Amino acid sequence: MMFGKMFHRFKNRPQHPADSKRHDGLSGSWFSLNDVEHAKEFKIKSIHSHGAIRQRLLDMGLVPGITVTVIRDAPLADPLEVRIGDSFISLRRTEAKQIEVHDDKQQ
Amino acid sequence: MTSNNKKERLLVALAGQQNCGKSTIFNMVTGLKQHIANYPGVTVDKKSGSYREKGCVVEIVDLPGTYSLTSFSLEERVARQFLIEEKPDVVINVLDASNLRRGMYLTFQLLEMGYPVVVALNMMDVADRRGLEYDIKCLEQRLGSPVIPVIGRSGQGAVELKKAVLEAATNKDQMAASLNYGELEEKVTELHSMLSMSTSLKQVVSPRWLAVKLLENDSGAEDIIKDHMENAQEVMAHAKTIREEFETTNAMFAGDHIVSCRDHLAAEVEETCIIDHKKGEVPLSERIDRFLLNRWLAPVFLVLTVWVIYQLSIVQGYELTKITWPFLAAARTFIADLLPAAGFLNDPQIRSMGLWLVDSANTLLNYVPIFLILFSLIAILEDSGYMARIAFILDRILNRFGLHGQSTLPFILAGVFAGGCAVPGVMATKGIPDQRARLATILTVPFMNCLAKVPLYTLLINIYFVETKGLVLFYLSTITVIFALLIAKLLSSHVLKKMETAPFVMELPHYHPPTFNGVVRRAVDRTWLYIKKVGTVVVAVAAVVYILLQYPGLTPQQETLYQQRAQTAISKFYDNMEGNKLAPTVAEYEDLVRLINVYISYKAQKLNAQGKEASQGVDHTFKEAYPDYYPFLKRSKDKDARKAIRALKDLANTRKTLRREMKEERIVNSFLGQIGRSLEPVTQFANFDWKINVALLSSFAARESSVATLGVLFEQSDGENKTLEERMGSEQMAAGYTALTAAAVMIFFALYPPCLATTVMVRVQTQSWGWMVFSIVFPTALGLTVASLMFTIGSIMNLSGIEILSLLYFIVLGLLLIVGFYRKPQRRGFSGSLRQRAESS
Repeated sequence: MMFGKMFHRFKNRPQHPADSKRHDGLSGSWFSLNDVEHAKEFKIKSIHSHGAIRQRLLDMGLVPGITVTVIRDAPLADPLEVRIGDSFISLRRTEAKQIEVHDDKQQ
Repeated sequence: MTSNNKKERLLVALAGQQNCGKSTIFNMVTGLKQHIANYPGVTVDKKSGSYREKGCVVEIVDLPGTYSLTSFSLEERVARQFLIEEKPDVVINVLDASNLRRGMYLTFQLLEMGYPVVVALNMMDVADRRGLEYDIKCLEQRLGSPVIPVIGRSGQGAVELKKAVLEAATNKDQMAASLNYGELEEKVTELHSMLSMSTSLKQVVSPRWLAVKLLENDSGAEDIIKDHMENAQEVMAHAKTIREEFETTNAMFAGDHIVSCRDHLAAEVEETCIIDHKKGEVPLSERIDRFLLNRWLAPVFLVLTVWVIYQLSIVQGYELTKITWPFLAAARTFIADLLPAAGFLNDPQIRSMGLWLVDSANTLLNYVPIFLILFSLIAILEDSGYMARIAFILDRILNRFGLHGQSTLPFILAGVFAGGCAVPGVMATKGIPDQRARLATILTVPFMNCLAKVPLYTLLINIYFVETKGLVLFYLSTITVIFALLIAKLLSSHVLKKMETAPFVMELPHYHPPTFNGVVRRAVDRTWLYIKKVGTVVVAVAAVVYILLQYPGLTPQQETLYQQRAQTAISKFYDNMEGNKLAPTVAEYEDLVRLINVYISYKAQKLNAQGKEASQGVDHTFKEAYPDYYPFLKRSKDKDARKAIRALKDLANTRKTLRREMKEERIVNSFLGQIGRSLEPVTQFANFDWKINVALLSSFAARESSVATLGVLFEQSDGENKTLEERMGSEQMAAGYTALTAAAVMIFFALYPPCLATTVMVRVQTQSWGWMVFSIVFPTALGLTVASLMFTIGSIMNLSGIEILSLLYFIVLGLLLIVGFYRKPQRRGFSGSLRQRAESS
């Protein structure tokens, strides 16, 4: 539901290549960095944002294939702080929602 | 890029990511020879400097900090344009040794562009402390460029770096590392050869780099092709087909693939050339953050930090100004002596104007100690890494109102509670990446209570709110923040709605101790900028305001009237001096005028002299300098002398009264006075009369002048014993003003447009006259509306000043809470269940 609404917003944007393959009605069945448990390692699978936002995330090292760990929330629950290797990045939940991750160990 | 082996001038670009210590490297190689300008047409600072090395002049340009070279952000566009258009001979790429993997993304792109790159591996000391060991040879081999370990802060490695730059410029056959794009490699090569067909293009950029950029879907790259190739459409269409094919087969953006290829290579280089001795350990920064960013402790530390800043800079800074002020006063006296002497009634124009300008400049310079402390503390916050954490803590609140975590610094500089200056505040918005939030910040920063707003508050509070002083001060210092937040929200959801925004994705750098030199340098730089920009503007505007207040001046009839009164007073003085043995000293009119000037300066110096010794010193100086006049100055037992002193005192007082009356009449007649009166129909709803209008108008030049102008307008008619508070109080009470008006004036002053220096800075930072005008008109309209509503409602409901202030305060506070909590926060339940699902699967 939540993701359906989210994708509605992106209707007019270039569609993410990964989304077009999902015609099973479960297009939203992925985890974002916003949903995952703290202090656990995940691998970034894909970035679902576009343009400058996407570039900014990539520049800060949130690139597909890299391992990230959510470390903490800010005192008011937003933004998040994540750790990538030896660097620490903070990002808002809105952006975190666009970052698809999967469990490193399961692969 | 050039082929001649020996050049006399070298152009070197300094590239690197933000926070990699690029500016310390820049300072390290150029020393003090620096020049700051703007890149053409944009607000991005262009720092350049030069040094000599083996008879060769090396000019270094510090590119803006960039993570990559895309066309998304202004800084990156500027950096890219410089590289393409100016074609530097060598690019020094500064890398943060402790964060090599991400830093190398840029290195690869620079190498791909075909520039000879020298890598300056900075912050070796930090990396060392973190247990990282580097194999420099290995790095050089993998990157195909020289790698020089440096420590920017201590200057270590400067000699080697300069040597390497010169070598790189002469030695052209360095083999740059090239990046293999895996599945896309074939297609990159294909596009590369297509682009290579254009010779004009080849001279401008590296075709391989451009090919990669095309596959990354970079709009700037397309522009370059359109400029240089006839079959641009065809090439671009081809690139699009490649992208789409890749995307359908791999379910991944081509751009993502390219980025991840860069990351893979970077990871691989890091893996092979660096040994991490502390692998698996929790970094020190993280251990600190477990306290400093702890959910419950973080706000406590934050409040404590702001309190310390306030105490040290504002409270202690004020103490410091007490020490520095006498120097400024001495400078004024010195200049006053240089200017032509004052007349009996009218002073030479050059004297009045000169002193007016000196006074304006002095009010500003008086703040310098405060700013030095404030800017030093802020530099410490920035350098240590805590500033980024402040943004992290506050982003949620600020974002809710259309601002950004990084708006915190501008607000602190502008004086969140009391004390600060909007000019450096507006200047500091430069770092906010989100354009909409940045503009919202620029337009709301001036609402903060700058140092210059405080005197008017103090004046009015001391007259009208003596019993509720603390409460009113509390209202004023917090209501401005509330207004700023509400207005930021209003602006960003209406006027600024269409502006570009950027996400809040920010590095929280590792903590490291700031260096003394770094902090002092930044503090001095910023203060100097304040003096330069504010100083020139304020002095210029002060001159204009002076003219507006002086002209057209008195009518000839008025002038004669005053001259007659002066003559009467002088005759009376001579009558009193009849038969006095001191009379011959002042026989001539010129002598008399000189005597009065000496008398006034003696009185002023006696008043300023602290302690008995200083007072005697003043006596001594005057006795030496004016032996003839001395009996008129110093009380003695001599009968004639006492009589003379009394006569002189009467005359001086009459002169003072006359001059004050003339000044007031001049202001009444003046252009500014006329404007103030013509505004009365509009301002009457807030109960502002023309005197208040004039004060508010003149405060636009510099806020400090509001109190000074009021001082002139409400100058006392007899004696010197009443303070401005008392004078304004009695005169205004008589005119029917109440605390209600005072409340309206204070609120208007709090919301009133930024002073001229700030609006000039708004113009500089937004590059737009439109926003500058907006920053003047909008707050004026808002301030006047609020003030008028306060007065009108207050009069109808028969409320006192403090009542209306409280009413207003709770209304805006309520609004703030409504806006702040309007939407429900995070859907906790849903993500919670998702999390559970993640765990169970």
